[in-house]
Amino acid sequence: MSTASGRSGLVHAEPLIIERSAPGRVGCALPPPLGDSEQALRDIPESYLRSTPPDLPEVDELTVVRHFTRLSVWNHGIDTGMYPLGSCTMKHNPRINERLCRLDGFASLHPYAPADLCQGALQLIWELQGYLAEISGFACTTLQPAAGAQGELTGVKMIRAFHKARGNPRKKVLVPDTAHGTNPATSSLSGYQAVEVKSGPEGVLLPDAVRAAVDEDVAAIMVTNPNTLGLFEEHIREIAEIVHAAGGLVYCDGANLNSMMGVARPGDMGIDVMQFNLHKTFSTPHGGGGPGSGPVGASAELEPFLPLPVVKEKGGRFELDFDRPQSIGRIKSFYGNFAVMVRAYTYIREMGAAGLKRASEMAVLNANYVRARLEGCYFLPYTRRSMHEVVFSDKHLEEHGVSTMDVAKRLLDFGFHPPTVYFPLVVHGALMIEPTESESPETLDAFVESMKAISEEAARDPELLKSAPRRTVVGRLDEVQAAREPVLTWRQTRE
Amino acid sequence: MNIPSELKYTQEHEWVRRDESLLTIGITDYAQTELGDIVNVEFPEEGEHFKKDEAFGAVESVKASSEVFMPVSGKVVEINEPLLDSPEIINEDPYEEGWMIRVEPDDPSELDSLMDAAAYERYVKEESE
Repeated sequence: MSTASGRSGLVHAEPLIIERSAPGRVGCALPPPLGDSEQALRDIPESYLRSTPPDLPEVDELTVVRHFTRLSVWNHGIDTGMYPLGSCTMKHNPRINERLCRLDGFASLHPYAPADLCQGALQLIWELQGYLAEISGFACTTLQPAAGAQGELTGVKMIRAFHKARGNPRKKVLVPDTAHGTNPATSSLSGYQAVEVKSGPEGVLLPDAVRAAVDEDVAAIMVTNPNTLGLFEEHIREIAEIVHAAGGLVYCDGANLNSMMGVARPGDMGIDVMQFNLHKTFSTPHGGGGPGSGPVGASAELEPFLPLPVVKEKGGRFELDFDRPQSIGRIKSFYGNFAVMVRAYTYIREMGAAGLKRASEMAVLNANYVRARLEGCYFLPYTRRSMHEVVFSDKHLEEHGVSTMDVAKRLLDFGFHPPTVYFPLVVHGALMIEPTESESPETLDAFVESMKAISEEAARDPELLKSAPRRTVVGRLDEVQAAREPVLTWRQTRE
Repeated sequence: MNIPSELKYTQEHEWVRRDESLLTIGITDYAQTELGDIVNVEFPEEGEHFKKDEAFGAVESVKASSEVFMPVSGKVVEINEPLLDSPEIINEDPYEEGWMIRVEPDDPSELDSLMDAAAYERYVKEESE
């Protein structure tokens, strides 16, 4: 057995903590209640008093410690291994980000503190607004949205407010067939009908397709650039001109900005508004690692519609501007997820302009390295130069009766998190790999060798893939049954 | 792949059967194979009216969720309720027990614009290449 990390070792089975319970066992000595507890009981109306003790686990401290420590090692995160989940960008979260956002002046700041008492925090917000504007080429930014999807909603609401101010909110939003599912969802939620536009044979959007779909009812087009095939939408300027000529606006899903920092700016491509996903591009923790942040950048035309409040600078002092009559209003309590902003700010200051550019270059290089080494083993449906991610299909697998899902499951046995699968929808059995700039050449090689080994196994012994994973704590889960007959509570498992 | 010769087909992989004045609509064998195990079906209300090409419902598998579109304009007069509890019927028998809705068409001649079995077979062949 190989000694590479994640390929061997002892994993403890672990029941639920309630199943560890033994009657009367305690982990600590509770002090007797203070005051007159008999009187307290009499003061509570009888209907609110329970007659049986709560069904809580009765366990000693060591059992609790072991229980949660064991569960913690069942997880696979970016801190335990490579996580090439395409489109999701699982990159390293530098520890200095964590250290700085915990500084007492930031962490203990009360959200109701008057502007006079939080000048430092407001300055950080103002400067980060400026950095993001500079990196992306937009005239203004808001840091309020709580995540990328809410940033999208904010952007499209601004587009709607813009059209409404001109007398007609319009009816439709054009969405390419490679889009993230959030794009049509955002359009619908904003009162627009999402209209799909097919991408061309090479995987990018063609101006003629947009020309055929655009009319006076189109409020905007939502383009992801680079798109979810990892390809640069090279006709973006012409597409923007077509949509602008019909009075529409161009929204860019900025999820993939991490591929072009310091190289190209969406604001220079005719794009009017875009969300940033701070976890994808600016190294803040991904969902589950903490709250998200999805700032929005926009052109000067859209500036009046930014959500409230906007942080402004006046003579070296920073203040919150609420006096914005055309604003779409508040979209988040207080000022957004401030601690995430501190992390992104730290990353930008740590990297500097040259460092950000280098990060994007390395992300693109790593994706193309993986692509070059796996091409041939796995089928590449779109052959244009990849940006930060590469999408393979299941074409070479099907002849062995093996599916994309089987490859994904087998990869777990090699100690890697699988890539994104079955997305984008335009690729049959898609395997979408995004290594990010964080991984070393050695790790990339280990991943490539594992993928190659799996492709050989698919030809030689397909059963190995179909019965995978074998080395994980639990084997292959029955996703179909889980979806059809979900067992959602512990009680249900005992019925 | 099963493509019954008496049915009409759409590019979005719905099939249509004409029974007297009503149309029965479902998704094709190819569509259910591509989706894999179907775990949930979303239906319209009975009595709802949809235009041709409008989404009237959705089928969800472990892999993806897909909208299902109206092959012709018309009013929904019946939905196949057993699918709510047993969506796998679509996988097992897409053209008979797995039908989705019955529709009263506004204009039965709209059916003529749909593909026949031979055209649909060619279409699927091209699409899967």
